[in-house]
Amino acid sequence: MTTEASPGRALHLDDYAAVVGQPEVDEIRAIAHYLRGKRVQMVNSTAVGGGVAEILARLIPLMEEVGVPTRWEVMTGGSEFFAVTKAFHNALHGAPYDGVKEWFDEFLATNEENQRRIKLDADYVVIHDPQPVAMIRSRGVPRNHWIWRCHIDLSQPNPDVWSFLRPFVERYDASLFSSPEFTQGLSIPQYQFAPTIDPLADKNKELEPEYVQSVFDRFGIDTKRPIVTQISRFDRLKDPVGVIKAYQIVRKYADCQLVLAGGSASDDPEGNAVLLEAREAAGNDPDIHLLNLPPWSYLEINALQRGSTIMVQKSLREGFGLTVTEALWKKKPVIAGAVGGILLQVLHKITGMLVHSVEGCAYQIRYLLANPEMAKRMGENGHEHVKENFLLTANLKRYLILFSILSRSTKG
Amino acid sequence: MRQAKNPFQFIAASYLIKIGRERAHTLAELATCLKEVPDGSIFYHTFQSLEEHHYTAFSSEFAQWVMAACNQTALAERLAAIDVADFVSIDGLRTALVTAIEEHNARHPNWQNNVAFEPFYFCEGVEFTLPLGMRATTLTELADGICKLSLQSLHHHFISSRLRLHLKTNDFSHWIENELDLPELAATLNRLDFHTSTLDGLRDDIETTIRGWAAR
Repeated sequence: MTTEASPGRALHLDDYAAVVGQPEVDEIRAIAHYLRGKRVQMVNSTAVGGGVAEILARLIPLMEEVGVPTRWEVMTGGSEFFAVTKAFHNALHGAPYDGVKEWFDEFLATNEENQRRIKLDADYVVIHDPQPVAMIRSRGVPRNHWIWRCHIDLSQPNPDVWSFLRPFVERYDASLFSSPEFTQGLSIPQYQFAPTIDPLADKNKELEPEYVQSVFDRFGIDTKRPIVTQISRFDRLKDPVGVIKAYQIVRKYADCQLVLAGGSASDDPEGNAVLLEAREAAGNDPDIHLLNLPPWSYLEINALQRGSTIMVQKSLREGFGLTVTEALWKKKPVIAGAVGGILLQVLHKITGMLVHSVEGCAYQIRYLLANPEMAKRMGENGHEHVKENFLLTANLKRYLILFSILSRSTKG
Repeated sequence: MRQAKNPFQFIAASYLIKIGRERAHTLAELATCLKEVPDGSIFYHTFQSLEEHHYTAFSSEFAQWVMAACNQTALAERLAAIDVADFVSIDGLRTALVTAIEEHNARHPNWQNNVAFEPFYFCEGVEFTLPLGMRATTLTELADGICKLSLQSLHHHFISSRLRLHLKTNDFSHWIENELDLPELAATLNRLDFHTSTLDGLRDDIETTIRGWAAR
C-alpha cells in the first residue's frame, strides 16, 4: 500500500526555522531546488509503530514541500514472513539463529510478490532495513539510484543470515548506517545517517503542564514521587525485565516508581510474549506501571517523558534508540545501555550515564535521584546535543545531499 | 564605504559522512592508518570535527580517541595542540599527526599495541557545494550575508577555505584584503580562534568585527 504521511496539523519547513535557524532552512531549499524534477520512493515494512515508520511519517511531507515528490511504499507480507524477518532481525543483532532453508524461500517469495505489486521506478529508491532488501531484483534499465538504509546494528551479524542478505545489499549504489560501528566493510559506499526526531511532532513538542499531569493521573502515577521511565516496545532486546530488576534494587534505597510504556509494531510478533514476561517480573508491586499503549499515543508518550524524573533505555542491542533522542530533547538525564547508536547520543557523564548491567543501571538511577543538579545539567547538555545533531531537518538535508551527489556522479 | 569590483559570492556547503574501511585498534594501527587514509579522512577528523565538538575535551577526534579509548593523555594533549590553522595542505597535517604518534610510540614501545577500549573508525567528509546566489560588494553586505549562512557554510568559508586557497587565511579575509584593500581587518579576522569557540560564537565575532570596521 502507499501511505499518506501527514498526521496531525501539516507542518511546514519554515516552522522549523525557530528551532534550527532560517539559514539552515534556506539552504535546504537551495539544495532541493537543485533536485527539481526528480522523484523518490521510500520502502519499508510497516506503516505504524517503530522508529522507521515515525521517521518516514515526518520526513516525507517535508520532501514533498521542498519540491522533491516522494512516495512511501509499505511492503506487505503474511505472519510467516514477519516471523522470518523478526528472526533475521535478531540474528543480525547477534542473537542465536536456528532457521531453515524454507525461511529464505519465504523471504524471497514475499519480496518477489512485492516487486510485482510496487513499481519502483523513481529516480531514487530508498529501501529501509532487511525486510524489503531483495526487491533490488526488480531494478530495471535505465538504471535509477537504489540506496539501502540499514537502521540496525550489523557489527556482529549471524553469518548464515548475513551471507544470505549481503549479495542483495551489494547490488545497491550506496548504503546508509546510523553509526560507523554498525557497518560490515561493504563493497559499496557507506554513509553515516544518524536517525532524527521531529521537534515539532506531537511526540516532542512542548506540552502544557496541566496536560502532562492529566496523563499521569489517567494512568494512576503519583507525580509527587520520583518517576523512572523506559519508553520502548516490549522487545527482549530492550530488556524490560532487566529494568524491573534494576528498579527493584533501587527500591531498597529510594522511594520511586517505575513506568514501562510501549506498544508493538505490526512487524513484531513477539511483543505480547515479552509483555507477559514483564508482568510476571513486576509481580504485584503497585509502583510498577506497565502501559501497553496503542501506536498513536504520541502525546501520552511525550507527557510521560516530560513528567519523568529519569529516563532509562537499558537496551541490550540497539539500532539507534530514538527514545533516547526524544528524552534528551526534553532535557531529561538518560541512563542507557552502552550499545549501538546510544553511544552517539549518551556521552557518559555529560548527557547521561552509560551502563552495562542491571546492577550498573540500578546504581546510576540511585546516583541521579540523589544528585538532581547533576541530572539537570546532563539534561541541558543532552538538549543541545540533539539540537546540533539529531533533528529532522538534518535528516532531510542529508537525503537531499545524497541524491545530489548521486546525480552529479551520474552526470559525470 | 569601500565597494569591491568583484563581489564576494556566498556558497552553500554541506557534507555527508562517508564511512571508511580503515579501523585502528591500537596506537600503532592509528599511525599506520594515518599514513594511508584519504586526505578527506584526515580533513574530516580534524578540520570538520571543529564543527561538532562542544562537549568533549578536544576538537581533534584523534586526540579525543587517544585520551578516551587509549588513556594516553599526554599524547592526546600533543595531538590536540596541533593547530590546523597552521596548515594549508593535508599532507603537512598528516605528517605532523604521524610524527607525534610515532615519537610517542618510540618512547613507549610497550603501549603502542595495547588494544583500545573501542576502535577508531575512519570516516571522510564528502562535500556538496552550491552557489547561494547571494553576493556582497561592501563590508555591510558581507556581514549581512554571513548572518544568513548555515553553520556548515560558515565552516566552508572560514575554516576549510585555507586548504582550498592553500593560504593561511579564510575566504572573508582573502576577499577583504584583495578587493577592499583592508589588510588590517583581514588579519584581525584571521586571528579569531576557531578552536575554542562554537561556530555560532565565531559567527558573532566575525560579524561584530566587520560591522565595527564598516561603521568607521
